[in-house]
Amino acid sequence: MPDIRKMIGLAVVLVALFWPVGYFADTPAWRHDEVGAAQIKISFAHGGAHKTACRRRSAAELRALPANMRKLDDCPRERVALAFVFELDGKPIHRASLPPTGLSGDGPSHFYGVFPVPAERHEILLKLRDSRREDGYDHVQRFTVDIAPGRNLAIDFRPNAGGFILY
Amino acid sequence: MLKRPIRRGFHLIETWLDRLCGAAWNPLSNLGALGFYFYWIVATSGLYLYVFFDTGVTEAYQSVESLTVDQWYLGGVMRSVHRYASDAMVLIMVLHMTREFANDRLRGPRWFSWFIGVPILWLVIISGVTGYWLVWDKLAQFVAIQTSELLDVLPIFGAPIARNFLSPGHLDDRFFTLMAFLHIAVPLILLLLLWVHLNRVTRARVNPPRGLAVTVLLVILAISLVKPAVSQGPADLAQVIEWVGLDWFYLGFYPLIDSWPGPAVWAFGGVITGLLLLMPWLPPLRQASPARIDLDNCNGCTWCVSDCPYGAISMVPRTDGKPFTQQAEVDPDRCLRCGICVASCPTTTPFRRISPLVPGIDLPQLTAADLRERMIEAAAVNPTVGNTIAGNAPRLLEFVCEQGPRANGAAPPAATQVVVPCIGMVPPSFIDMALGRLAIDGVVLSGCTTKGCVYRLGSELTEQRLARERDPYLRKRVPRDRVLLVELNAGDVKSAAEQVQRFRDRLSDREPERTDLDA
Ligand code: HEM
Ligand code: SF4
Ligand code: SF4
Repeated sequence: MPDIRKMIGLAVVLVALFWPVGYFADTPAWRHDEVGAAQIKISFAHGGAHKTACRRRSAAELRALPANMRKLDDCPRERVALAFVFELDGKPIHRASLPPTGLSGDGPSHFYGVFPVPAERHEILLKLRDSRREDGYDHVQRFTVDIAPGRNLAIDFRPNAGGFILY
Repeated sequence: MLKRPIRRGFHLIETWLDRLCGAAWNPLSNLGALGFYFYWIVATSGLYLYVFFDTGVTEAYQSVESLTVDQWYLGGVMRSVHRYASDAMVLIMVLHMTREFANDRLRGPRWFSWFIGVPILWLVIISGVTGYWLVWDKLAQFVAIQTSELLDVLPIFGAPIARNFLSPGHLDDRFFTLMAFLHIAVPLILLLLLWVHLNRVTRARVNPPRGLAVTVLLVILAISLVKPAVSQGPADLAQVIEWVGLDWFYLGFYPLIDSWPGPAVWAFGGVITGLLLLMPWLPPLRQASPARIDLDNCNGCTWCVSDCPYGAISMVPRTDGKPFTQQAEVDPDRCLRCGICVASCPTTTPFRRISPLVPGIDLPQLTAADLRERMIEAAAVNPTVGNTIAGNAPRLLEFVCEQGPRANGAAPPAATQVVVPCIGMVPPSFIDMALGRLAIDGVVLSGCTTKGCVYRLGSELTEQRLARERDPYLRKRVPRDRVLLVELNAGDVKSAAEQVQRFRDRLSDREPERTDLDA
C-alpha cells in the first residue's frame, strides 16, 4: 500500500524540481540581431587561375617519364590567391586576399562574411581578381538595392551564371 | 574547498526530502537511475515522432507542425514529453554530476565513471542541438547558422559549412537527412557510453523505484499539457534572426557563441572539458593499502566477489596447491578500501580462540583482528548516566560508519563506539559475539541510507545479512530486536541520535533476559 502522504510529498517536490524545466525550455528569449536591422552575407567558393601556365614538354623530357605519365603538357596545379574587395556606398568595407585551399594549393578559395547594415537603399560594389594579373580586377559588379528591415541579403559568386548573384 | 559546502547543501536538502517523500523515493538519491529513466522516455517518444517526421527542406517544418497541431492529443503530447524529458535529463545529469563531485566519488579508483561522464555530457548536448536543428523553425535557423559558423573556425572542413545556410536556395535536403541521422546515431553512442560508464560499478541502480517513476512521468505529462512544446515560426534564410526563445538546458551556451569570437569559444570549451577530465586527480587521492588476500584462509567461496561494490575482486585458478579450484584476487586499482568484503568472508569470525583472527580477505588499515580488539574494548565500558555509573542502564555498543550521520560533524567517537569505513564491514558474527559473549544489551549499526551509501552497497548488504537473506547472515540465535540498523542520510544527525535514544529506551524497558548465547 503506497503511502499517500509521501506520494503527495513527492509530487510536490517533483513539480518544484521540474516546473523550471518547462519554463527554461524557451524563456528568456535571446536577441541575436537588432530588431529591424538588416545584413549582407557574402560567401563564395571559387578556384582562381593556375599560378603558372601550362608548359609543353620537350621530346627528351617526355621520354624520361614512365609511359603512363607521358602527357604533352606540364600543368602545375597550384592556384593564385583571389583578391576580393567589397565597397558599400562608396566606402571600402572589406578587402581580402583569399589563398587557395588544399595541401598543394590546388583547391578553391573560400569566403564567408556577415556585414550588418542599416535597412535602406545601398550601393554595393564587388570586385574580384581570379587571374594571374598583378593588379586590376577580372569581375567588377555594382548593385543598387533597397534592403528592407530584417532582410538577410545573400551574395554568392557563380562565374557560370554571370558572376556575383544576389539572393 | 568547494566540495564541503556543496556536500552540506546536498545533505541538508536530502535530509529534508527523506522526511517529505521517504528515503526510497528521494529524487536526489536516485539521480543516476532517473537519468536512465529519462533516456528511455526520450527514446520512446522520439521513436513516435520519427515515424511522422519528414526530412525535406520544407516538409520538415510542416511535418512537425502537423504533429503539434492536427495531432495535439498524441503527437503534440509526445513532442512535449520528448522536449521536457530531454531537458529534465540535463537537469538531472548536472545534479548527478554535482552530487558525485560533492561526495568526492570521483577520485581514486572511481575516476573511471567520472572520466567517461565527460564525453557523455557532450553527447547529451549534441543530441539536443541536432534535435532542435531538425524542426527547421527560426530557432533551428539560429542554431544551424551559429553552429556551422563555429565549426567553420576549425580548419578541418573544406568549404564553410555555413554556406549551406546562405539563402533559401542554398539549402539542401541532404543536410536534413544528415541531421536526422546524427540525431539518432549520437544518442545510440551515448547509450553505449552509459554502459561503459557503469562498467566498474557492480549492480548499478539504473531503474528508479516504481512510485518515483510513475510520479515523474505524471509530472512531465502535466507540464506537457499545460505548456505544449511549439515551433517558433518557419525558418526563413532571407531574413535575419531577431528574437529566439532558447532552450537554456541545451542551448544555454549559444549566447556565448553569439558574442565571443569563435576561437575564444573553442578555447573556453576546451579548458572546461580539460578541467573536468582532470578533476579526478585534483588532487590525487592518497589511499591506504587495498584489501589483501590471505591464501591460507581463502577457501574460494566467491562471497567476497559477489559483494564487492566495485568489482575489484575476481576469482583466479588456485596457486597454492590447496584442494580448492579457485582463489580470490584483488585489483588494487579498483579497490576503494571499504572493507565490505571483510564482512563477506566466512572466515571472518571473532570466535576463534586458538589461531589469530586472520580472514581470507582483510583490510590492512583496520584488520578484522583490530576490529575485534576495539569491539571488546568498547564493550568493556560501563554505561553512564550523567557522570555516574548506572547499574541497570542498557549496555550499548555502536558500530559507526565514518561517512554516516553518527560520525558526521559529531564529537570524537564515544568510548562505546567503534568506527568503521563502511557499515558493510561489520560481520554478523561480530554482532553475535557482542550480544553473547560480551554481554551487550543492544548493538547499533549506524550507516547511511541504502541509496546514499558512499560505497554504494554497504547498507543494503547489511540489511540483507541481518534479515538472513544473504550470506554470511546473522545467526538465528541472535535476537534481531536487539540490533538497530540506522539508515539515515549523512546530514540527518538529529534523527540518528533520536533513533539511538529510542532504542536505548526500549531496551531499558525490557526485563534483563541475558543468556549466554555463545554457550
Ligand atoms: C545522462 C547521463 C548519466 C546517467 C544516466 C548516469 C547514470 C549513472 C548511474 C546509474 C550510476 C550508478 C549509480 C549507482 O548505482 O551507485 C552512475 C555513477 C556515476 N556517475 Fe553517472 N550518469 C550520467 C552522467 C554522468 C556525468 C556527466 C558524470 C560526471 C562527469 C557522471 C559521474 C558519475 C560518477 C563519478 C559515478 C560513480 C559513482 C561511484 O563510483 O560510486 N555521470 N551514473
Ligand atoms: S575493500 Fe571494498 S572495494 Fe576493496 S575489494 Fe573489498 S569490497 Fe571491494
Ligand atoms: S569470501 Fe573469503 S574465503 Fe571466500 S573467496 Fe573471498 S576471500 Fe576467499
